[in-house]
Amino acid sequence: MIGMNTSMMLLILLGVPAFAAVVLGFVGDRKFAPEINIAGSAATFVAGIGLALEVLERGSMLAGGKFFFVDAFNVYLSVLTAFVSMTTAIFSRRYMRREREHGRVGHVGMRFYHAMFQLFIFAMLLCLLTNNVGVLWIAMELATLSTVLLVSLYRTPTAIEAAWKYFILCGVGIAQALFGTVLLSFAAEKVIGEGGEALLWTNLSAVSGSLEPTVLSLAFVFLMVGYGTKVGLVPLHNWLPDAHSEGPTPISAVLSGLLLNIALYALVRCKVLVDGSTQSHHAGNIMMGFGILSIVVAAFSLLRQKDIKRMFSYSSIEHMGIATFAFGLGGPVATFGGLLHMLVHSLAKSAIFFTVGHASQMHKTQEMSRIRGLFKGNPLVGWGLMFGVMAIVGMPPFGIFTSEFLILTATMKDAPYLTPFLLLGLGVAFAALLRRVQPMVSGEIPPYQKPLKVANVPVLLHLALVLMLGVYMPDFLNNWFHAAVELLK
Amino acid sequence: MNLALAAQINSFLAALVLVTAFGMLVQKRVYGLIHLFAWQGFFLSLNTAIVGYVAGKHHLYISSVLTLSIKVFVLPYILHVLVNRLKIRRDVETVVNIPRTMLIGIALVIFSYHLTSPVRELSTLVTRSTLAVALATVMIGLLMMITRTHAVTQIIGFLALENGLFFAATSATYGMPLVVELGVALDVLIAAFIFGIFFFQIHAAFDSLNVDQMARLKEGE
Repeated sequence: MIGMNTSMMLLILLGVPAFAAVVLGFVGDRKFAPEINIAGSAATFVAGIGLALEVLERGSMLAGGKFFFVDAFNVYLSVLTAFVSMTTAIFSRRYMRREREHGRVGHVGMRFYHAMFQLFIFAMLLCLLTNNVGVLWIAMELATLSTVLLVSLYRTPTAIEAAWKYFILCGVGIAQALFGTVLLSFAAEKVIGEGGEALLWTNLSAVSGSLEPTVLSLAFVFLMVGYGTKVGLVPLHNWLPDAHSEGPTPISAVLSGLLLNIALYALVRCKVLVDGSTQSHHAGNIMMGFGILSIVVAAFSLLRQKDIKRMFSYSSIEHMGIATFAFGLGGPVATFGGLLHMLVHSLAKSAIFFTVGHASQMHKTQEMSRIRGLFKGNPLVGWGLMFGVMAIVGMPPFGIFTSEFLILTATMKDAPYLTPFLLLGLGVAFAALLRRVQPMVSGEIPPYQKPLKVANVPVLLHLALVLMLGVYMPDFLNNWFHAAVELLK
Repeated sequence: MNLALAAQINSFLAALVLVTAFGMLVQKRVYGLIHLFAWQGFFLSLNTAIVGYVAGKHHLYISSVLTLSIKVFVLPYILHVLVNRLKIRRDVETVVNIPRTMLIGIALVIFSYHLTSPVRELSTLVTRSTLAVALATVMIGLLMMITRTHAVTQIIGFLALENGLFFAATSATYGMPLVVELGVALDVLIAAFIFGIFFFQIHAAFDSLNVDQMARLKEGE
């Protein structure tokens, strides 16, 4: 009976966004489309909470005939995904209406925007909850495809260029991941036997010790390149700053805040299998290399940016580098830090994108040199941006300070020779971001700035959560993270 | 059909797939490319059916039919229509340095054989020797996407790459579970829908489908 409950819950969680996508496809550019979008995302979030309560009560479980799988690692990411989707939907209500009034999006564009937004949420949740590594790949590709045309929504030459790059580079990247999955299934069939069950993650992790290590090492290289492209790791990151800066801001928020997390999730799931098979630190070392390179390169790229969304996209690369590095390093402290980092970065980065969206609409530009006087022009946007940036650069008492501190401590203990690089990256990013943001928020209001009604709930909610996670970690979250650390060992 | 014969037919079809991949690498005309792509899909589909028959895996018949309908009929048809609508049927692309591209292609084939040798040694399947060809097809698709500058050509390279992946799944494990194959096919169809829209968007914004002009997004500008 209880198992029934879980299946129902999963069905609702995945069904609501899929259904909402269809409904919004029909509703199109009607007046109340943004409200339906919010209602759909809110219902998804409620279902996510329901699922989380189930997991709290009963621990990890299989559902839907082994097709779905919920444990401490994916449940918190599912709730996070549903939560940020909901706040983004709230933010996007006014934002997209204004873009429509300014004529940047047309009739068809709005229909497309809402339907694809929900489809995107569905794809991400499917990624997280499926037990089948093949389906994981399919859902990841679906998440890319559903956002490609959102990046080119404004139809400007730069937007189309960004979307094309995103489509081609991520398509090629993720194709490598499929080859890795084929190799994984080859190794699995030797042990588990032929049939549909060889790609189930729970089966694979149960027998990972007897999977052929040479094949799995080879598979991991392909999986790393494939999913690493989607995480935006240097040197596979070329598409990311373009795609995240040319699309509408709500999409930038979910791409940076959520999709990167999902790709990292897939990579970490694969790493667990490879580690179990090779009994070495081979996969971890590769991830640490990519991670540290991303941190340093992205930090220095931050210095050269002129476009505000582009700058924060580079900051996303840096933070995904930190999380990848943490999972590569392994061990309880670093893994705990990595899990927390995925959570707080997602909340802080989407909050920043919300304020950035408001700021660029107020000034009708994304150029940082023309954004001025935000404190005076709109205190919520100004202070929201300021606190968001203070959180993202890792100032106490925000949650990112905690996660970065944990990761740094673990680095000093387990890989001391990498500590200077990590500190260099963090330091440069700190200086670069604060130097850029300070003139934007302070000073007088420029004449071309337009006052704006803003959506304040999403920003405040996100920043409050990031702050709370810095000073107080709820027990259930702590337990989940510890359980996930056990799982990823 | 005995196993030795099946293995030979399998290798022969693999060779044909590789030949079409090389053909695409140097084909200048858009129509020629689409036809080569359709042929590659046909060889792939035939190969899948034969493997399914020899190995007694009936779900491979479904994959084979799926490949035949999508890669031999639907996708080439969509591409034909798009090429007609956008009036680019006479477009001839300048392919720079054919000998060098071919040499890189050959190097990729050798590299693929080297990379997959551990898998080949472990495998007991009839199809084990073709995994290297599959990986080579993936790599050549990739090479084609890098060396070409026309949007349609890049997409055909991408689809050829996807052919290679499908081939790899058949060679390494007698195909992925059916739900995965169906999902991948669905993704390919959605991708086809998206690149169709893209061609029109690019055409409207840049007045041609040459992606060389896309160089506005650069650092520090």
